[in-house]
Amino acid sequence: MLAIVLIPREARRGEIIPIRIAIQHPMETGFRPDNFGRRIPKNVINSLVCRYNGVEIFRAEMGSGIAANPQLQFYTVAQKSGDIIFEWVDDAGQAGGERAALTVSG
Amino acid sequence: MPTRRRFLATLTAIAGAPFAARAVPAQADGRDFLIRQVTGGGALVREGRVKVDTPELADNGHSVPLRVIVDSPMTATDYVRSVTLLAERNPRPIVATFSLGPWAGRAEIFTRIRLADTQEVLALAQLSDGSYWSGTAKVIVTELACLDGS
Repeated sequence: MLAIVLIPREARRGEIIPIRIAIQHPMETGFRPDNFGRRIPKNVINSLVCRYNGVEIFRAEMGSGIAANPQLQFYTVAQKSGDIIFEWVDDAGQAGGERAALTVSG
Repeated sequence: MPTRRRFLATLTAIAGAPFAARAVPAQADGRDFLIRQVTGGGALVREGRVKVDTPELADNGHSVPLRVIVDSPMTATDYVRSVTLLAERNPRPIVATFSLGPWAGRAEIFTRIRLADTQEVLALAQLSDGSYWSGTAKVIVTELACLDGS
């Protein structure tokens, strides 16, 4: 699964920074038929976790009410340099992940 | 003993009454039921502190930008624990639940949701003291999300 994590590359310690993620995923509702009239089974990214230096800072439990190619933005306080890591799994059991590095000064 | 217990229960009920009166006014049963499902029972849900920001008119229900802002200092002792989005006229009305904490610095979340119909989207925030607060935004959807067979 293709995904992009957008964060400022650098931040001052204590600064509140935005964290954005966009994941390429159909977020299939389960209500849609395919070209042969068969129902496409529901398949959405049902849970997503974001960790900052190993500590969970954000979690999302999602349903079919989240638009296709889900986008999320939230905030965190920059503490020290490290990785922002996202991990998620969909109804089909397929897992994905993406990361971004943050440099904190001061 | 049972008499004293009953007396205490009555006392609590009376003490709680003024707060109950300030709860979210009776709305569609569907919404109350949903809120109860999320809060897990008879928790009091007050209106306020939660701002839901959406376009008033969404010409496409497939992807409606939505921002939730909760009025919270986000300190170690007073922060937002979770935010749940409810769209009662969607076939699956519980859209998402987001968990956050004091480390967020700012209680604000942006995402894009699907809306099956023109409706009021409700955001329910649980604060660190266990209290629930809610805010709504009405969205007029002209082209519905393709949730049926079309």
